[in-house]
Amino acid sequence: MPDSPLFTAAAIAVIAAAIAVVVAVGLKVLRSFRELGTDAERATYKTLHTASRAGQHLRTGLNPAGAAKASRQLRSLLGCDALAITDASGVLAWDGAGEELKPLLMELSAGVFDGGHTAVIPAGEVQELAQGKGGVATRPDVERAAVIAPIKAGTRVVGVVAAFAPAAGAGLVRATSEVADWVATQVELAELDASRTLLMEAEVRALRAQISPHFIYNSLNAIASFINTDPVRARELVVEFADFTRYSFRRHGDFTTLAEELRCIDRYLLLERARFGDRVQVSLRIAPEVLSTVIPFLSLQPLVENAVRHGLEAKEGPGHITITANDSGAFAEVTIEDDGVGMDPEQLRAVLAGHGEGDHVGLRNVDARLRQVYGDDHGLVIETAPGEGTLITMRVPKSQPRHDA
Amino acid sequence: MNPAVGIAAFAAVSLATAVIGFYGLRISRTTGDFYVASRTVRPWWNASAIGGEYLSAASFLGVAGLILLSGTDALWFPVGYTAGYLMLLLFVAAPLRRSGAYTIPDFTEARLDSRVVRRVTSVVVVMVGWLYIVPQLHGAALAIRATTGLPAWVGQVAVVAVVCVTVVSGGMRSITFVQAFQYWLKLTALAVPILFILFVLADSGTPAVAAASTNPTGAAPAGLYQNISLLVALLFGTLGLPHVLVRFYTNPDGQSARRTTLIVLGLLSVFYLFPTAYGLVGRMFAPHLAQSGQADALVLLLPGELVGGTAGDLLSALVVAGAFAAFLSTTSGLVVSLAGVISQDLFGGSVKGFRRAAVISAVVPLGIASMTGSLALAGSVGLVFAFTASTICPVLLLGIWWRGLTDAGAIAGMVTGAVLCGGAMVAGAVLGAGGTPTWLAQPAAWTVPAAFAVMVLASRATRDRVPRTITRLMTRLHTPERPLATER
Repeated sequence: MPDSPLFTAAAIAVIAAAIAVVVAVGLKVLRSFRELGTDAERATYKTLHTASRAGQHLRTGLNPAGAAKASRQLRSLLGCDALAITDASGVLAWDGAGEELKPLLMELSAGVFDGGHTAVIPAGEVQELAQGKGGVATRPDVERAAVIAPIKAGTRVVGVVAAFAPAAGAGLVRATSEVADWVATQVELAELDASRTLLMEAEVRALRAQISPHFIYNSLNAIASFINTDPVRARELVVEFADFTRYSFRRHGDFTTLAEELRCIDRYLLLERARFGDRVQVSLRIAPEVLSTVIPFLSLQPLVENAVRHGLEAKEGPGHITITANDSGAFAEVTIEDDGVGMDPEQLRAVLAGHGEGDHVGLRNVDARLRQVYGDDHGLVIETAPGEGTLITMRVPKSQPRHDA
Repeated sequence: MNPAVGIAAFAAVSLATAVIGFYGLRISRTTGDFYVASRTVRPWWNASAIGGEYLSAASFLGVAGLILLSGTDALWFPVGYTAGYLMLLLFVAAPLRRSGAYTIPDFTEARLDSRVVRRVTSVVVVMVGWLYIVPQLHGAALAIRATTGLPAWVGQVAVVAVVCVTVVSGGMRSITFVQAFQYWLKLTALAVPILFILFVLADSGTPAVAAASTNPTGAAPAGLYQNISLLVALLFGTLGLPHVLVRFYTNPDGQSARRTTLIVLGLLSVFYLFPTAYGLVGRMFAPHLAQSGQADALVLLLPGELVGGTAGDLLSALVVAGAFAAFLSTTSGLVVSLAGVISQDLFGGSVKGFRRAAVISAVVPLGIASMTGSLALAGSVGLVFAFTASTICPVLLLGIWWRGLTDAGAIAGMVTGAVLCGGAMVAGAVLGAGGTPTWLAQPAAWTVPAAFAVMVLASRATRDRVPRTITRLMTRLHTPERPLATER
């Protein structure tokens, strides 16, 4: 089948790709020849560029992968023979020559960890220590002095930057200290990032929805009213109530699947129907593809409760709630619509912004959690007007490898 | 054949696809049916949908055509297509479902914790998808030409137009049901006519023109190397097909993903009986089709040739409908999953972006298809499988089963596989049919091991880049979701 259409297709594709690469490289090269300013400007640019590249690698904190890449950049910045970065327990990265000294570095920098001051170790001393160790074979013809500067996060020394050069001049010592300080800033930024993530997680946990006390109270009352007239139904309702509370009080996991959440809504509506009778009508249109989509725990039930409580309760006559879930590209789209009394958009905006007092706390809670987890693009979209009912739309990505249902 | 038959069949299938897609069997009940709604798709439905999506023009038309041309050698195709699912069942289905990633790029990004790997995988997935759509469009061109006499491009444009309209207008919302319907349509469209043909042949005592063992083209039988290489391509290639993997997310958990795959194996085995029957009947009763270069149209022409009359027309209509179901289902499945990948990486995942991406992913292959001619459908699809097997398959297999895979290793392996396999395809095109040595025409036997080897070696060399979350990820991929005893 050698001259099958696919060969031709592949040939065309490869040629097109090759042209694209050549054009892209050409543009890059052309751009680099443009006006670049005076030597001083270029030196400044080069230093800052190197520093910022190294900074990117350190933004995840002191770890071997980041440190290895950063040490390469930093060595070119200092112009020394070798540069090493350690944390408190061991050498993270060594860039450049003289790697045979690597096992000695922690010993050399013990004083720096204790004192917190930059240390200069002359070449002779390094050599001596190496020979004292016996096992470490150094080349006598290459002598290197070491400048070891502490990385201080707050008051702790979390690691050191060590520069090796034939001679440790004052320039190198100053520069190494500055580089260590700069690394410390990056590490602190990384810690800040980590604590921000922790804070967000804590906030999500604090926001974790709780079922409303009103609902418990009303449900128990409704069940009580059946105990004498219809004991069988009362018994069923108590079981439903137990199942509902078991789901909503569960401790593990911040996420659930759409299918589980729908089951919870079913129980909730059963209990509400015990109170409202046929005044609450519900219809569903669910695309089965999205049933296994992961969503934040108890993120739909408050919306349905909002529709019942604020949409239908205040309304005369029967009310209708429509719940749909659709597959929309890489996202699952869930909508909850009621034909109840609606809300004042301004008031709703205030509630969602966290200012307004009021009854729509459930909405704000869900909205805040969705934004926390998926970003600001994924907050609730609410379309409503007084007397016009309410349509709430929620869009979550189907792919969430980091979230366990 | 009456040209109206082909057009009517195509229109009917397109309409049915659109209608099911829009209103379909989407569960739409009122109160009290929550349990039905919250139950996920049954494995049977899902398996039918996978079958519908998987059985492409190559299976529907190409296999029978190849059997007509080269006899039993071509049986490796259905064997490989089906056995690929066994590989999927054993090595990929359940862990991938548990990963929670929705597309292959999502999976590689989550597994290797790297945006660059994601980009590379996306590019490869899009290339595979495009290459796979092209033979579908060639099939459509062939079917339109053979049944209505209209110019070939009409069929290609019609298929792309129908797919674009349904996908863009949201008509693929109930894609599972559309695809499930397509599977049963395809099966019926092949089974009913061949049974009729066999009855007619048995009844009238039509003498066979040739014995089953004759070779109408006089082509040399394939050697051992070719068969092994083909099998490697098909077995490993199935693992990486973007549109097939997406279906697994409709399963609620890893276990039902496995059960679905098992049913798919059964459904595929049943299906492939029929193209084989067409091929053999064609060999014995209509060998002239092979000489006139219409082998791929065998399935479409056979009912008209052997039954004839109104009955022949009706049966032809059924087969044509089945053929278009094959083009439409595979193409729309691919377009949906490609649009998902493109829109996420290029347009930030908005609804509008998805539509735009859907049009891009359908129109580009249309361009390629209209520039190239159509020859041996099953062969072209076999090459796409070889490409997938040398690029996506190693990432998936090693990603799931080997802790040591690193982002650098994954990229090196994928690039190696793509360059080697793509290079072999291009070299084959340059050298032409006669001049291509076997090892270039069927590259999978050496490109797949090469990709695996490079991936492993490069990962070993960059050992310090193994993601730190590896233990958590691996636990997630390989632990059953719910311990059976604890959940009701």
